[in-house]
Amino acid sequence: MSLPEFWFLAIAFFFVGYFVLEGFDFGVGMLMPILGRHPDAATGERRRRTVLNTIGPVWDGNEVWLITAGGALFAAFPEWYATLFSGFYLPLLLILVALILRICAIEWRGKIDDPVWRRRCDLGIGIGSWVPAVLWGVAFANIVRGVAIDENKKVTAGLLDLLNPYALLGGATMALVFALHGAVFIALKTAGDVHEDSVKIAARLSIPAVLVGGAFALWTQLAYGKTWTWALVAVAAVALLLVVALTAKVREGWAFVFTSIAVVAVVVLLFASLFPNVMPSTTDAAFDLTIANASSSAYTLKVMTWAAALAAPVVIGYQAWTYWVFRQRISSAQIPDSIGLTVKS
Amino acid sequence: MDALDVSRWQFGITTVYHFILVPLTIGLAPMVAAMQTMWVITGKDSWYRLTKFFGKLFLINFALGVATGIVQEFQFGMNWSEYSRFVGDVFGAPLALEGLLAFFLESTFLGLWIFGWSRLPKLVHLATIWLVAIGVNASAYFIIAANSWMQHPVGAIYNEETGRAELTDIWALLTNNTALAAFPHAVSGAFLTAGTFVAGVSGWWMVREARRTRNSDSLPMFRSAARMSFVVMIVAGGALALTGDVQGKLMFEQQPMKMASAESLCDTETGASFSLLTVGTHNNCESVVHLISIPGLTSFLAENDFGATVQGVNQLQDQYEQRFGPGNYKPNLFVTYWAFRMMIGLAAGSALLAIAGLWVTRGGRVPDQKWFSWLSILAIPTPFLANSAGWIFTEMGRQPWVVAPNLSGVDQIRLTVDQGVSDHPVGLVVASLVTFTLLYAALGGVWFYLIRRYVVEGPLEHDAHPHVDPPESEDDEPKQLSFAY
Repeated sequence: MSLPEFWFLAIAFFFVGYFVLEGFDFGVGMLMPILGRHPDAATGERRRRTVLNTIGPVWDGNEVWLITAGGALFAAFPEWYATLFSGFYLPLLLILVALILRICAIEWRGKIDDPVWRRRCDLGIGIGSWVPAVLWGVAFANIVRGVAIDENKKVTAGLLDLLNPYALLGGATMALVFALHGAVFIALKTAGDVHEDSVKIAARLSIPAVLVGGAFALWTQLAYGKTWTWALVAVAAVALLLVVALTAKVREGWAFVFTSIAVVAVVVLLFASLFPNVMPSTTDAAFDLTIANASSSAYTLKVMTWAAALAAPVVIGYQAWTYWVFRQRISSAQIPDSIGLTVKS
Repeated sequence: MDALDVSRWQFGITTVYHFILVPLTIGLAPMVAAMQTMWVITGKDSWYRLTKFFGKLFLINFALGVATGIVQEFQFGMNWSEYSRFVGDVFGAPLALEGLLAFFLESTFLGLWIFGWSRLPKLVHLATIWLVAIGVNASAYFIIAANSWMQHPVGAIYNEETGRAELTDIWALLTNNTALAAFPHAVSGAFLTAGTFVAGVSGWWMVREARRTRNSDSLPMFRSAARMSFVVMIVAGGALALTGDVQGKLMFEQQPMKMASAESLCDTETGASFSLLTVGTHNNCESVVHLISIPGLTSFLAENDFGATVQGVNQLQDQYEQRFGPGNYKPNLFVTYWAFRMMIGLAAGSALLAIAGLWVTRGGRVPDQKWFSWLSILAIPTPFLANSAGWIFTEMGRQPWVVAPNLSGVDQIRLTVDQGVSDHPVGLVVASLVTFTLLYAALGGVWFYLIRRYVVEGPLEHDAHPHVDPPESEDDEPKQLSFAY
């Protein structure tokens, strides 16, 4: 395996980490208003806070996987980074706006004890969870499918070209799978009424997730896959089917293992279908961005390999420890009263 | 306006905005860590309350700093894709290292700090805030190493075949003398900012409490916080001056055009004076009239010699044309001249507060003078503005370069902004500029509201005493969380 090929794997690894971890963060954000629905306003608010606090200590660290994936892409494949980020300008702009809203909304929500304030923050969390989930799906599907790229490695496709049926199915898949992943995560991290309802939602989401996710995986495989990637389609399908069975039996621990495996399988399927290209051109195969023609020099990749080899295990270690520290389930009864200030002093 | 101008405006607006917030994060993280350390050592509730009080302000600020930081990384590819292609092999490495070695650390351990108050043993919990402090400062190092490479490219060659700069020595990049000078300067600025913030808030509170009641618990508490920050401010201020001098001398050598513009020095002079006030539009050399100047000071700043010869903008322009071909190599004189003076002049705000503060709190005194309350409030924004002015100076002074050529390095490693920009339709970039500007303005308003609201409210009753868990009762009802969003 050449160094650029290794870094193709490393980029895939960072995005896998990002989607597995931030995937359930997005799902939690999507389901917060649904699980928080309750005739009694105070109970509803306590439930929403229970849901949000399942990711409280970890969501910020999870998001760094994206920053690191972006930085690694810049360092290891400057041409890929430049073509992708300038070519997918509007989707990335929307993702940025959504992520900014989400960060501020999560962090600031409890700072003011006021229903209007919280509603606005919930809107920010909602936008910040739905928009990136759908748009990452659209973006990655388009990378695999290929977009119009000219001889100067510049994307000439417009926004409407990006909204093709395959990409929209990719967006729906990411949103559904993340919602399911999030529901199972909430089930795993909570006790009491929120736990019971999240299990129900997970069970209800699991069937459409199998259908939509299965269709997307199959389309990817048939149109862009390689023989061996059938294995990934099978893994994704089996994992999602097991989630259907496990959520029905309220085995959320194992269900979470399998939603994670499904996310890994789908993301690896996308990267495997892409190989050895990084951004194929629909204009002319001669203009394809490939692992070979988009990568950095051998020296840079060597430096990055050392840095990643030394740092990644440590990062994974302390992030895993964080999950261990906060391993206990939480219930609505454990959520303390808001310590936010009133709107005016 | 074309796409280049709009892209430059967007980069300027998003970067200045991001760096209004970040110095407070960089300086306040270690200060909050120091407060918590004092609590752990002395066991005094007042240090606990200070940790909680300034910790909250730190978190409100941290959120927006992180949120606006993602834009910074994405923007290189989105708006400056040709730049990214040219430098990615070199410039990408410190950005990736920043993610791997700094961002993971600060974000993960911040989560542990916020939620771990009663979950972690006291010392482990204390370690988490120190790791956050190390993380934010490490991230400053990596991003400054990346920026310093744009000011003074080292450790790289130009590859004819690929037409780009390629890294040959990561160690040279990380120990670039430009970075070694810029990092302590920026971090000193961050400490001055956080010191001024803590001192200003504490000073305002002391006067307020002293005028309301003489027996408030808060008085000795805020006095401790203020005294601690006066020391931070004085050390940081001294470090700023020293590192600024080192950095300035390097800049005279590495980017003489930037320094000549900062002085509005049109023509080469021996024993060049330092201009305090000029009039004129400054956009060309001829329109400048120097009104007040200190003889020989510019020469001294450049070479520690009042009689040294300093090159002027016009002579440098000729030299650059000979070396790099025809073009306008002069930065915007008005911006560089005034940004440089604002950076230095605004430090007076912090200096006044520190000196006056040490005086009014001497020998156990607690100030109740109205003027000190006003000084405390008015001083707070000054280091924020000085930081911005400093970065505006260093970035605008590099123009028209995005990668300034290393005059004693590889000539081909250089790039002007018009070569680096993405080839987007102007409307697309305008849409993005407007989106970010409106979004940032709205969030800036909320940020200010929250900071002000929490400062005015003061330490919360809720945080008066350290959280003590009721005796263990594993099988009973689960205990309430010590903190939840």
